[in-house]
Amino acid sequence: MSDKPKIAVHKFSSCDGCQLAILNLGEKLIELTEIVDIMHFAEAGPVNPHEKVDVAFVEGSITTPHELDRIQEVRSNSQYVVTIGACATSGGLQALRNFKHVDIKQWTQSVYAKPEFISTLETSTAIAKHIKVDLEIWGCPINSKQIIETIRALCFGVEPVVQKDSLCLECKRQGNACVMVTKQEPCLGPITQSGCGALCPSVGRGCYGCYGPDENPNTKALAKRFSGLGLLPNDIARKLHFINSQAKGYLEIGNELGNKTLKDDAK
Amino acid sequence: MTDININVPILARVEGEGALSIAIKNGEIETLNLSIYEPPRFFEKFLEGRRYDEVLDIVARICGICPVAYQMSAVQALEQIFQCTPNAWVRDMRRAFYCGEWLESHGLHVHMLAAPDFLGYGSAIEMAKDYPDEVKRGLRLHAIGNEILSLFGGRAVHPVGACVGGFYSAPSLKAVSDMLKKIECSMQDAEDLIAWTASLPMVERNQNFPSICIKHAREYPMNEGNIFSDTPALDLPKEHFDKHFKEEHVAHSTALHCLMDGTPYMLGPLSRINNCLYQLPENIQKLIAQTGIQFPSKNTFHSIVARAIEIYYALQEARRIFSDYSLPDESRSEFEVQSGIGYGCTEAPRGMLWHRYEVDEKGFITSSTIIPPTSQNQARIESDLMQSLHDFGLDKDQDAMRLHSEMVVRNYDPCISCSTHFLTLNVEKKP
Ligand code: SF4
Ligand code: SF4
Ligand code: SF4
Repeated sequence: MSDKPKIAVHKFSSCDGCQLAILNLGEKLIELTEIVDIMHFAEAGPVNPHEKVDVAFVEGSITTPHELDRIQEVRSNSQYVVTIGACATSGGLQALRNFKHVDIKQWTQSVYAKPEFISTLETSTAIAKHIKVDLEIWGCPINSKQIIETIRALCFGVEPVVQKDSLCLECKRQGNACVMVTKQEPCLGPITQSGCGALCPSVGRGCYGCYGPDENPNTKALAKRFSGLGLLPNDIARKLHFINSQAKGYLEIGNELGNKTLKDDAK
Repeated sequence: MTDININVPILARVEGEGALSIAIKNGEIETLNLSIYEPPRFFEKFLEGRRYDEVLDIVARICGICPVAYQMSAVQALEQIFQCTPNAWVRDMRRAFYCGEWLESHGLHVHMLAAPDFLGYGSAIEMAKDYPDEVKRGLRLHAIGNEILSLFGGRAVHPVGACVGGFYSAPSLKAVSDMLKKIECSMQDAEDLIAWTASLPMVERNQNFPSICIKHAREYPMNEGNIFSDTPALDLPKEHFDKHFKEEHVAHSTALHCLMDGTPYMLGPLSRINNCLYQLPENIQKLIAQTGIQFPSKNTFHSIVARAIEIYYALQEARRIFSDYSLPDESRSEFEVQSGIGYGCTEAPRGMLWHRYEVDEKGFITSSTIIPPTSQNQARIESDLMQSLHDFGLDKDQDAMRLHSEMVVRNYDPCISCSTHFLTLNVEKKP
């Protein structure tokens, strides 16, 4: 890498929340500009989308024909590509359109009076479906600490460590009462990766999986436990097909229980 | 004079997909199209077939800058369907929660987006070199908003604490008293900010447009109220929104344009101050008087001052609510799921946000409509640009025109994706 590494933050189809999580670093972000040059980060001001950079962070999923081209350009301009958030890493909530029963054309017609002007793909797909991705950071939104750690690691030329152990470990470390045990609340914690700080259990509700699957999710076992709590197959499927519906570990059992199949171009 | 087409691929954050195109013929603007392009994400459709208790986590994802606004409009609609009136504690805490979002969003907008325009910088990072204290003050105010959001929801972006009926849990006494201390320390920052924004170089002008916001008998608009317009006068229950307001899809944009009886209108902080200044606490009214700016104002550049005023108000309001905080018996009120139609209308930082839901007897959503402030403001932004560019001078250097247009657009804070810096300027001169 060059002396002062250059970074970029690109937006694709998203809610901007992951970029905001970076902006929320506040003064730390300004300090960061002492060790890296922020070439492109439109939400924060700098705009040079075509610049060559050392690390490109990508927020958002691919949902339009134009985004298909843009992501190729990002790849060829960047030494490392890091996806940030559920949208970029698994297709995000908007990937609910990827199931066969969802007719995008009909949807577009029902929302827009002139659907011929809306250019949108049938699917919302993760960045890694289109280009080689060097590192994936999960979460909806990501935890901004992960960004700092990643930039530091890449600046020092070490591989960033990605923890993918289960949320339950983080939850127990914090001393939360388990909502599944104490309240019979279904919780995706056992099959979700840590990183958020076990936010949902700490306010007394079950995790809804916004950080995506952990290393080895035993989704079948959890689904069984959920049905023991009285959930119907379709209730369990909706839990799995939510923020990270396309993620391996959530997708398959969700398909099975919800009787869903993917469109061919989402596979 | 030659005909000129100006195409400004604006909206850095949408990377050249958004654009402002202006065609000038014989020294007059012939057409002006602002396209605020966000790829459609079809949230209204994703809601169908989902259960009521999934809605808040879905609608939050429409916008990372104002997730709470989406949650609060949705919760109001669902509670109307379930005939649930949340207890007084819930009502107060929702207001404090919402104050957090106003602080976060306004703090970001004033400092990261608008102020650099007024002072001639390309970004807040550049501005920070010459105005370190002001930028730091802004970051502090933005951060305190984030902290209030986290107090209720664990995090500032897509907080997890709100539910139909109230909150999953109540913040502890200690957490609230710590928060109060921080708020106390920020009051001076917020007060100084009002004077600072009022001292920025302002363009003088006066446009004609309806200022619209919700209005409540006893409080400054935020959580609930009727839909109110100054001129033409209008005062409607939220259920009657679609009798006067119609969304139209214009070809050049994925945003839908919304008009009130055929007229473009303005939402947001300036409209709220214009309509409801008298509902602000006296000390704030005094501060406003000291700025020398006359409200109601139809100069949209005063929006930055209106935002600063609301930052101060949100801080003071959160302080008021937290000062007599006590733990509730229940952090969420009970209700019975039933079928019906419900409406929600609250004030997002950038203006009125209207929702409508239909729910079946098991609590599953059968249809929904969401009308965000950006699509409501868009027609007004276009008419504003028409007038502003005309006043600015169509013969001006095109770079100057581009900067001026950006500044005009930014007054409306049209969701952050549309408000950052324009990319390049393409000029095409017709033969
Ligand atoms: S991952 Fe979540 S927070 Fe991040 S951009 Fe997508 S929807 Fe927004
Ligand atoms: S509450 Fe959820 S995350 Fe925590 S231990 Fe129980 S199952 Fe795991
Ligand atoms: S507990 Fe689960 S749903 Fe809640 S924030 Fe963490 S990962 Fe996301």
